[in-house]
Amino acid sequence: MNTLSTTNSVLRTEHLGRVVGDKTLVADVTFRVRAGEVVAIVGPSGAGKSSLLRLLNRLDEPTSGTVFVEGADYKQIPPQELRRKLGMVTQRPFLFPGTVADNLRYGPGQRGKTLTDAAVADLLGKVGLNGYGSRNVANLSGGEAQRVSVARTLANSPIVLLLDEPTSALDEASKLGVEGLLQDIVRDQQLTCVVVTHDVGQAARLAARALVMESGRIVRQGDVREVLHA
Amino acid sequence: MLKWLFHDQLQLGLAQSAAAGLAAMVVILLARKRGIHLESDALIAMVRGLIQIIAVGSILLILLRAPRWTAVFLLIAMIVAAGATSARRAQGIPDAFKVSAWSIACGAGSVIAIMTWLGVIDTAITALVPVGSMLIANAMNTNGLALNRLRGDVLAHVGEIETALALGAEARSSLDPYVQSAYEASLIPAIDSLRSLGIVWIPGLMAGMLLSGARPVYAAVYQFVVLAMIFAASGITSLVSTFLIRTHLFTSAEQLLLQPGR
Repeated sequence: MNTLSTTNSVLRTEHLGRVVGDKTLVADVTFRVRAGEVVAIVGPSGAGKSSLLRLLNRLDEPTSGTVFVEGADYKQIPPQELRRKLGMVTQRPFLFPGTVADNLRYGPGQRGKTLTDAAVADLLGKVGLNGYGSRNVANLSGGEAQRVSVARTLANSPIVLLLDEPTSALDEASKLGVEGLLQDIVRDQQLTCVVVTHDVGQAARLAARALVMESGRIVRQGDVREVLHA
Repeated sequence: MLKWLFHDQLQLGLAQSAAAGLAAMVVILLARKRGIHLESDALIAMVRGLIQIIAVGSILLILLRAPRWTAVFLLIAMIVAAGATSARRAQGIPDAFKVSAWSIACGAGSVIAIMTWLGVIDTAITALVPVGSMLIANAMNTNGLALNRLRGDVLAHVGEIETALALGAEARSSLDPYVQSAYEASLIPAIDSLRSLGIVWIPGLMAGMLLSGARPVYAAVYQFVVLAMIFAASGITSLVSTFLIRTHLFTSAEQLLLQPGR
């Protein structure tokens, strides 16, 4: 029987692992994320944090274990539906050529839905980019591009937000702006969130709980301040 | 000058090959100076090409007396060889040989079959094999260009492709921009050949027809016919290969297989 309580678990991993050749990227990772909870995954470079996040989004295939999303084994969920539910924001924004509005409409468009102008304006308001809809993405700053990336992911109405070092490619001023924005969004929308960061301070500011990874394994987990100061 | 030195046709041919090979060597050396290493690839290709064309020339001599249906087997063998050659331009893409061979068979094979049925290509083995080989060779080049360009674009845009997947795009549609540009790029040589026909170059087939006594206007028109067939064969090949290869770039769970360093 599973030793973890599954009450209110939106996301749950069981003995999740990935081995490529003779290299273990993620090993025997078991944790759960409750609805509305923000969990930080911290650890040194090469600890397997980003690899774990890619497994959660199923951009890579686990070689052992699995992930349960709202109680369902994610291997039974069609990849497009799974990835819409677990929205991911990457370190670099990778915006598609065109306008900001085109980017925001990309995800819903994949399901045949058209985002209205009002919905686009609403999303841009949430990320502090009012009036940016018609701007070409080629003319955005790094911080603005990352805000568009966040809005584009939110346009899919995910149930969990996966953030992979969302501010590490930004300058200090943009970093604080985007971090504040993420805090507001997560708090206002009660979004369940898993954030990968190497910045312990950022983990403490954003998350309530933290997992510390080393060599692909979780070595500590619990209350963010207790774990990070252990 | 070589004609004064060599009176025997075979000796002259070998001397001419050496002269042309020397020009190619200069290119290889110039490329090497710039840090581009074509040595082994280009040398092997030249030696192989020379041996192959002499072998095929000898086979053609035998085939002149063979029944017409033997041409079909020769063309199929050419398609398989063309598939293997152009698949090398798609390193790391699973089943590149299978996709290449099928694509060339669809592109060049269908054009050869239809044009032979219509009487555009003569069924005589001496016409069918050389014209067919031209279509297969060009389809092979187009296929190699398309797969190589697609491979390069995918490797350069892994972030964009995985972002599209992460936003709920289907694997196939996440590649749309790169498939389109690979298709367009692969057809540039065929389009330029058509565009510059008679202005920049007068192809050998036309010269051969003129020498064998064909009317100049018919020889010229037939040259256009050949280039149009090449364009059709290349276009279908590239369309089929870029369509088929997309499914081979992903796992069944729509995860991108082609990754830098993997």
